Amino acid sequence: MQAVDGNAIAGDLFEIFGTDMTTARGACAHCGATMPIAELVVYLRAPGAVARCRSCGGVVMVLVNVRDTIQLDHESFRLLDAL
Amino acid sequence: MLELPDWPGHRAGQHVDIRLTAEDGYQAQRSYSIASAPEDGYLVLTVQELDDGEVSPYLAEELRSGDQLELRGPIGGYFVWEQSLEGPLLLVAGGSGIVPFRAMLRHRAATGSKVPVRVLYSSRSIDEVIYREELARFGADEAVDVRLTLTRAWPQAWPGHRGRIDRQLLEEVAWPTAEQPLIYVCGPSGLVEAAANTLVEIGHQAGRVKTERFGPTGT
Repeated sequence: MQAVDGNAIAGDLFEIFGTDMTTARGACAHCGATMPIAELVVYLRAPGAVARCRSCGGVVMVLVNVRDTIQLDHESFRLLDAL
Repeated sequence: MLELPDWPGHRAGQHVDIRLTAEDGYQAQRSYSIASAPEDGYLVLTVQELDDGEVSPYLAEELRSGDQLELRGPIGGYFVWEQSLEGPLLLVAGGSGIVPFRAMLRHRAATGSKVPVRVLYSSRSIDEVIYREELARFGADEAVDVRLTLTRAWPQAWPGHRGRIDRQLLEEVAWPTAEQPLIYVCGPSGLVEAAANTLVEIGHQAGRVKTERFGPTGT
């Protein structure tokens, strides 16, 4: 499956955070690299998405979309900007 | 063209998500770039139909005037250009990656911006060039330079480039690095990856190269 990028999960993240998150920077818990969410490597896999660090490839976010609820695990991507 | 109640307005480069729900409840959702400028007063999406797509064939073939769609947006704040960001601008597109750039170019024209722009657009063949006539009209502005490259087939007397976007072509078209252009690259993942990496190798600042990757479509 071909990867897209963090722009592709912007809609779901907007629903969770109530603001655009593509420019929000975070730090990868695996390698420490920092990048905006837009630059994460994203694999869209129904019913959700997996986001990996562009630097080390480690999984940093998992989105699961079930009906009208979206669950997000971003424990491995520490958001740096105040929301 | 979509008419939207309560549309808050958008920024050039943003997209929307469209969700389709089948009778059995199965849902499919895809993102589509907005092709119209904020100043246009209506929303235009340009949808490339994929043979094995779940959403695009419906939008391209089945959707009729008056139908309703479930739409979420406008979305995104990263891959956005506004007049206030200035330039010079380099816009690199593959296939339907030209769509957000049409919004940016229309926004530039509508605001009377004089920001110089270079556009490098890769398509498989001349028939697959989206917005060909409008791009030619944009190019009539002396501050806008539009270059097309065709990768699979070209007319006999094709005056443009032939072949994929590579380092040589980027060096030729991209602004001198000293100009510190603001660069946007949009298209299929492979093209975006290669072009963005090459631009940084040439010496452009990584922080000024913004990317948006689509799923698999050919260039």
